[in-house]
Amino acid sequence: MAREPLINIILFALFPVTAGVAMVLDEPFIITLMTKAAILALAGVGLNIALGLGGLVSFGHAAFFGIGGYAMGVLASHAQSYTPIMETPILIEGTKSMLVIWGVAVVAAALAALLIGVLSLRTTGVYFIMITLAFGQMLYYFAISWPAYGGEDGLSIYIRNDFPGLNTLDPIQFFAIAFTVLAAVLFIAGRLAKAPFGLALSAARQNPERVETVGVAPFRLRLVAFIISGAVTGLAGALFADLNRFVSPTMFSWQTSGEIMIFVILGGVGRLFGPVAGAALFILLEHVLGGLSDFWHVYLGLLLLLVVLFARGGLIGTLAGKETAHD
Amino acid sequence: MTEPVLEVSHLKKRFGALKATDDVSLTLMPNEIHALIGPNGAGKSTLIKQIAGGLRSDSGTVEFAGRDVTALGTVARARAGLGRTFQISSLAMEYTVLQNTVLGALGRDGHVMRFFQPVMKNRKLVDQGMAALTRVGMADLATKRTADLSHGQRRLLEVAVALTLEPKVFLMDEPMAGLGASGSKRLTGFLHTLRAEAPILLVEHDMDAVFALADRISVLVYGQIIATGSADEIRRDPLVREAYLGAEDAA
Repeated sequence: MAREPLINIILFALFPVTAGVAMVLDEPFIITLMTKAAILALAGVGLNIALGLGGLVSFGHAAFFGIGGYAMGVLASHAQSYTPIMETPILIEGTKSMLVIWGVAVVAAALAALLIGVLSLRTTGVYFIMITLAFGQMLYYFAISWPAYGGEDGLSIYIRNDFPGLNTLDPIQFFAIAFTVLAAVLFIAGRLAKAPFGLALSAARQNPERVETVGVAPFRLRLVAFIISGAVTGLAGALFADLNRFVSPTMFSWQTSGEIMIFVILGGVGRLFGPVAGAALFILLEHVLGGLSDFWHVYLGLLLLLVVLFARGGLIGTLAGKETAHD
Repeated sequence: MTEPVLEVSHLKKRFGALKATDDVSLTLMPNEIHALIGPNGAGKSTLIKQIAGGLRSDSGTVEFAGRDVTALGTVARARAGLGRTFQISSLAMEYTVLQNTVLGALGRDGHVMRFFQPVMKNRKLVDQGMAALTRVGMADLATKRTADLSHGQRRLLEVAVALTLEPKVFLMDEPMAGLGASGSKRLTGFLHTLRAEAPILLVEHDMDAVFALADRISVLVYGQIIATGSADEIRRDPLVREAYLGAEDAA
């Protein structure tokens, strides 16, 4: 069953090929759509580590997406207004450096995932879904009521942040950054799934009792998975904010959590490239169906229903067949 | 006088009015197979859970290799060297047979927080997993999906995973169930040699296996051990005959 890697490569190659053709045809909007798809795919790859590998149905990943977004917004807004974030006890200034922003986004999202994970991973099933949702909503209302950074209106960043040696305002160059990050994270996530940690984590999803009996605590595995998952989604949030040059509380909303989950389910839960397929399909539908009707979400809903009822493996599963146990 | 490897003292567990485990004490000596028998509902499964750490006891202690493990949970007891097999197979069903034993070897090895090197390319862990499969005669099934195994094959895989843990004590809950006559006979032979590595506390319904293997047999009825002794002593014990073996053994 070597079909899945082939499908993955074709799917993945579609991103730069489409963006490249769009550049030649001078269609920057298409490039931006592909950039958006790559960033949303990244958010989905993050969720898929918790959901697909660990079986943790987090309905609060918007929390990490939003934290990543606000990490960018806060740092860049201070840099553009030349005001420090804090002066005592130590001076912390804003920054326009994308690499620093990514670092802050990843660390902040990971810390949030640690806190949320420690509390929510004591529950399972529907309670876990509800607690993660509650944390997401808490942050959403916090962002709305936090006037220092725009409150309900959000924050505009006038110029995209800097990346050494690149002009980030050029659509194709920013696409290249987002796509490279996605590729790197996919590589790491692929290794993770096959590593000792992945074997144990996935076993804990299939049968926690089995994992305990060999002397490994499922809670620790799940917590680490949740932290990695949150960090990746946080990184996606920082990129997403940079793409739009805008951050708003919407990034924290439960609709965002739902959309990230839709990418994973559409593409194929637990499949490495599932979120990539899912996010690409989502953007395609949003663009094509959204052009036809304002009610395109109805069709998305129907599609989701069909996938859940008849194609559990999602897009990747339907194309590549039953999952092979990893070798 | 040799020390027992496992010593259970005055364990109690009550579910409402039901005394599921009523002041149970038993020991497991080095190289011994100690069988625990009793009619359905006698409390065998409850007692096994209390010993393995899955169920907290109301009172009493479990000592393991001279160490009091009463306060520890399943994970810590497994790490301390308790190798358990389940009455109802408890395996990672999506995995291959080999992946299940590699998971065991990984648990034994303890370095689970490794994120980069493929575990199925780890020569040491894979070799340990294969060695355990070979010992139970399942090496040719290594690449088969666990969900596709027969019931009896799953029972054997349970035993193989326990082997990878290299435990100090085996706690086996009805390993013969579903094996069929020839499979049961083969496993009986295997357990007979296994006792040299670690003693076995064996819960089993297959009386042929119990009488063939056990150095000592304890009979559990209504949460109490009513007799402990050699196979012959248990066969002759009038209390046991009345409560458990019943008319079928009288012939």
